[in-house]
Amino acid sequence: MSGMQIVFLVAAAITLVSAVLVVTLRRTMSSALLLVLTLLGVSVLFVLLQAQFFAVVQVLIYIGAVATLILFVVMLTRSVMDTSEPQVHKNWWLAALVSLVVFVALVVTLSSWQAFPQVQRAIPADSGENLAALGKALVDPNGFALPFEVASILLVATMIGAVYIASERKGEE
Amino acid sequence: MQTFLSDPVTAITIWLQTLLFSWGIPAVWVQLIMIIIGSLIVCAGAMFFVLFLIWYERKVIGRVQDRFGPNRLGPFGIFQTIADMLKIFTKEHITPLGADKIPYNLAPVLIMGAVLMMWAVIPLSKTTVGADLDVGILYLVAIGGLGELGVIMAGWGSNNKYSMLAAFRALAVLISYEVPMVLTMLIPVMLSGSMSLNGIIAAQNVWYIAAAPLAAAIFFISQIAEVGRAPFDVTEAESELVAGYNTEYSGLKFGMFYVADFLHAFTAALVFAVLFLGGWRGPGAEQIPIVGFFYLFLKTMLVHFVGVLIRASVPRFRVDQMMALNWKFFTPVSVMLVILISLVDKAAALSQEIWRSLLIFAVNGVVFLVSFRLLDIFTTRKERPSVVTRQLPVAVGAPQRRNPESGVSS
Repeated sequence: MSGMQIVFLVAAAITLVSAVLVVTLRRTMSSALLLVLTLLGVSVLFVLLQAQFFAVVQVLIYIGAVATLILFVVMLTRSVMDTSEPQVHKNWWLAALVSLVVFVALVVTLSSWQAFPQVQRAIPADSGENLAALGKALVDPNGFALPFEVASILLVATMIGAVYIASERKGEE
Repeated sequence: MQTFLSDPVTAITIWLQTLLFSWGIPAVWVQLIMIIIGSLIVCAGAMFFVLFLIWYERKVIGRVQDRFGPNRLGPFGIFQTIADMLKIFTKEHITPLGADKIPYNLAPVLIMGAVLMMWAVIPLSKTTVGADLDVGILYLVAIGGLGELGVIMAGWGSNNKYSMLAAFRALAVLISYEVPMVLTMLIPVMLSGSMSLNGIIAAQNVWYIAAAPLAAAIFFISQIAEVGRAPFDVTEAESELVAGYNTEYSGLKFGMFYVADFLHAFTAALVFAVLFLGGWRGPGAEQIPIVGFFYLFLKTMLVHFVGVLIRASVPRFRVDQMMALNWKFFTPVSVMLVILISLVDKAAALSQEIWRSLLIFAVNGVVFLVSFRLLDIFTTRKERPSVVTRQLPVAVGAPQRRNPESGVSS
């Protein structure tokens, strides 16, 4: 077993265990902090795949922005220290059913995919050219320019909506 | 011998590598050992350097405020910090009742680690760089996010509402000032066409502070806010707000916040020197890498000195004033700068570097003049609520009354 595999196993174990703990712990704050650990584990997996850019962006966006916002909101909620709330929602069986269906579907699809066992090959080293290619593909009309622009418009619309909701309108009490 | 004198780090690395290989250690392990030794040296060096930084900063601030500063222990009091350090080692660790143990104890480590991790990508000379990441700039910003996480964990874990409120306050400032900071960081990236720090240094034939002074100024000020020093030190306003998210910490855990604060200020100056002052560049630095190290150190100390002077002389802003400054001034100005500079840079891409720099300088000047003119117009038009017209009770004299004995009003 090479060093990379050990690191992979440790990172994957931490990611999975903390992901399970996120949904099973009673205290909301602990769940939110463990979510950060899960996301950090995912970024380690990206590093192992030689995708430095995605690893850094994972930390930047998911930990620096999303998780920080979640923590902020959790800290502002009432009865955040309360541990008497039930751990499971009353529709938990529905969620479990959906997860099970998705899991089975994934396993069936992947096992019927011929190339799956042979995918293991040397990972191309991440270089500046890769990053430049990604950037070009995002703005290339033959590449992903349309999805990229649609996502940008969606984000701008969200921002305008948030500002509209938050702003105090004149003439209203 | 020649290479050792001109580039000691590379020489030592090669010597150690050949030594380890001659012992018959496999290449993977040699690499791992080299990485561990390198990171240990950088971390230990940075933390020992803080001893000097704390003394230096106290001395400068003392002089600014017409005091001596530390002057008892050793020449010019230089050993004062070592005594303070030894004292803090012996202090008791007190954990408040009901603290959330894991976040409480992890927070100082995370904040300290976030500052030290920045050193991994900063090129100290032409050949000495921990990891020359292609995404070095993004890495710096992402690591800053980990520091914010430490602030939340400290505020939450302490089980103290003042700590938590201080963490909210600090976090709001940190998140807000990250916006102009990242936007102005984009300008060196656009001008150099690289996100790796060494690439940015290599492209700075004209220092970017000369080409884009307004961007450099906004970056410098938002970095002061990111570090949380005066005039933006709402996190530790001891006299009017409770001292901040680290109120409940004692002993070495408090010491780690303290050291992280001083080291972060220096690291911010280092990042500024790399992005806008040409890093290790200077006459002779290409041939003799060790000279580049001294250039970088000089530039960083200059930037740090300006930061310390500002800390010593400017009074503190209120938190709402800081937010207004950020969202109503810095953010729009830096967005405008990014848009205009990208347009001008593309238009002038084929011309000579000096003309390109002059054009970008002109854009900076125009944005500066227009934004300050607009600021003047808005401030004169806006009606400010007057708070001092009401007569204050202390200013009223004692009511006049007759003196019963003399019959003369006193």
